Amino acid sequence: MIKRSVHIFTRFERLWHWSQMSLIMVLLFTGFRIHGFYELIDFEMAVTVHTYAALSLLLIWAFAIFWLFTTGAWKQYLPTRKGLLKVAKYYAFGIFKGERHPYKKTYTRKHNPLQAISYLILKIMIFPAIWITGLAYLTYGFWDSSSLPLEWIAVIHTISAFAISVFIIAHVYLLSTGGSIKEHIKPMITGFDEVYLTEEEVAYLETHEPQNIKPEE
Amino acid sequence: MLEINSDRKKPSTLSYKLYFALLFLIQSGFAFANSSSEQHSVKGIDEYSVLKKNNATSLIEAAVESDAMVDHSEFDELKGPFKDGPAVTKACLGCHNKAGHAFMKNKHWTWKYTDPDTKQQLGKSVLINNFCTNARGNEGMCAQCHAGYNMVDSNFDFSNQDNIDCLVCHESTGKYYKTPTTSGSAACSIMFEGKEPINWSKSAQSVAMPGRENCGSCHFFGGGGDNVKHGDLSSALIAPTKDVDVHMAVEGNDFSCTQCHVGEKHQWSGSRYQGVPVKDKHKSKPGMRNETASCASCHGAQPHPLSLIGLKLNDHTKKVACETCHIPEFAKGGVATKIDWDWRTAGKTKDGVGYNDSNYVQGNGEHRHTYKSIKGDFKYDENVKPVYLWSNGKSHYTTIDTKFDPAKPVVINSVEGTVAGEDSRITPFKRMHTIQPYDKGNNTLVYMHLWGDDPDSFWGNYDFGRAIEHGMKQFDIPYSGEFGFIDSYSYWPINHMVAPEEDALKCDSCHSKEGRLKGIKGVYMPGSGEYKWMDIIGLLAIFATLAGVIGHGLLRFFMNKRRKAHD
Repeated sequence: MIKRSVHIFTRFERLWHWSQMSLIMVLLFTGFRIHGFYELIDFEMAVTVHTYAALSLLLIWAFAIFWLFTTGAWKQYLPTRKGLLKVAKYYAFGIFKGERHPYKKTYTRKHNPLQAISYLILKIMIFPAIWITGLAYLTYGFWDSSSLPLEWIAVIHTISAFAISVFIIAHVYLLSTGGSIKEHIKPMITGFDEVYLTEEEVAYLETHEPQNIKPEE
Repeated sequence: MLEINSDRKKPSTLSYKLYFALLFLIQSGFAFANSSSEQHSVKGIDEYSVLKKNNATSLIEAAVESDAMVDHSEFDELKGPFKDGPAVTKACLGCHNKAGHAFMKNKHWTWKYTDPDTKQQLGKSVLINNFCTNARGNEGMCAQCHAGYNMVDSNFDFSNQDNIDCLVCHESTGKYYKTPTTSGSAACSIMFEGKEPINWSKSAQSVAMPGRENCGSCHFFGGGGDNVKHGDLSSALIAPTKDVDVHMAVEGNDFSCTQCHVGEKHQWSGSRYQGVPVKDKHKSKPGMRNETASCASCHGAQPHPLSLIGLKLNDHTKKVACETCHIPEFAKGGVATKIDWDWRTAGKTKDGVGYNDSNYVQGNGEHRHTYKSIKGDFKYDENVKPVYLWSNGKSHYTTIDTKFDPAKPVVINSVEGTVAGEDSRITPFKRMHTIQPYDKGNNTLVYMHLWGDDPDSFWGNYDFGRAIEHGMKQFDIPYSGEFGFIDSYSYWPINHMVAPEEDALKCDSCHSKEGRLKGIKGVYMPGSGEYKWMDIIGLLAIFATLAGVIGHGLLRFFMNKRRKAHD
């Protein structure tokens, strides 16, 4: 295996990540106002911004889902037990002893197993929970809201928001592990990250996609 | 009824699609969003209502024209002279020969209402309120607001159309007035002195469609003075500005009462006994007159503009009455309403004579009575925030034969309404508090004999015991002989004094920790701080994660340092 700097995050993926990140921050900020944690901005403004931000995010997700399935990138998120325990052990113990991160990023698996499973849970459970309840709440005038109490929709929505907040805290903290924060953020800006390639992969990239692989240093 | 209900439950697939289409169009910044919101910026009056409004306009114009075509002052029949009111009525009925029979079915005449569910007898002729308490037995005074002549006691002949008072509603000179039909105690005679005699023929010749002064002569002054009773009906509505009443504003729509309280065959919409909740289904068919005095009958049940907030506000109409947001305050325009009445202090005299104190100066500068020997102590308020209750428009009344628990305040009219009720809305009310006499032995309210030129009438003799004894005996109501005083509440729906759009409540008025609807149970109101357990769990999870990552980070930092020191 050869470690090389490869373009693994496409422009769309990076755009998706950062717009999602900003919209989620806006949604958390306005959402917690609507929920009543603070009353700095007025409710009407919070509802307006929250709704438009949410609809924008849904639109981005629609594109992202399309992208994931058409490019086959969805396979990156498939859960695997291989190496999962090792990564968990690393964060629980090894990291304090100065061990190296046990996972080697490859071209086809750019997330470590723990990362992949948390992103998968986020994608198939928490995000759907929040957008389904959000849309249900937004449109309750169009269905019979006596069949499903609004408060339960709101409760699921809010609990999902708490779960996302927890994810963000952990996600941001993990930037600081196994190298510098800059090193972790940079790939999401430039698209290039150090991954392990097979000789065949190197040969293929150097021949057919030289723009996607940096020359050896 | 059933059919219409099931209809309501089905979401309209068309509007559903439209909604999403629109949201996404707005979303993508498509110009259509702008133009469509402009199209709907004619707030509240939807297409259907515009149609109806046009009908209404033609009706109004027709009425104005008919004034030109029929000038009552030229009729020989109305030349007079008339010796009294009934003589004028005879002349009216001479031409309007069906009007009398129609009118005599009306509550302004019958003072009766039978609760369709309980068959309870309600209406002014029998009810007890927590102002002057009872008209029954005091007709001599109270029948000044009966749309008839000669109602001297409870034995009035309701089948004699000659006693209909056409003028009180139709005359337009403004110089017409009514006086008590019987004489009260000498202590009260001063109240009606110094009035110019009525010119019957002039009044008869002036007849027209009822103006707000006509309706207002009773409805603004119910309970013994300007705005005493309702809170949202006062002389301030005779020539209001827009901020007092957006519909009746002289420099605005300039609606008279009958613009909304449309009558057919002398029956009017707008009952306080069986109110009509906000509903589209009460919109009348094209070409028909709309007999429902409700906001929705003109504005529809989805009155807000097609924008995000507009759509959310339209959702609110399922649970919140229009008035809740659009009448943030009542008793506006400088005229106060009575909010508290203590009968216990009635009967004090100075040198043996009853007296009045006027220690409240209201917005328009007028002094209001704060004490009257005949009534007790009062409190007033202006620009009052309503209280909010679930209401389906119906009330349950405490009548003369209702027994209650004297340990708790008596609710004169308990408002019916539940969260689940399809007809129920969160509705604003004026709450009137009174401490009034009751029968201590039987735990019922009492009829008091207030008015009369006899030794038992309270207004003149100031003796509760005799006044109650007399009032009860007169109608064969059991009385224990012992009276006490009890707290009572009555609830007056607030429907008038609608504020201009910009003064309507904002989202934050309710969607906040100390919002207006704080006491309202059963609906989820984001921002009001409900579901504390969820907040606790959520915040704990966030703090635990924060503590976890900080701990993890610190541990890494120190272990790292130690390792470096070892190296």
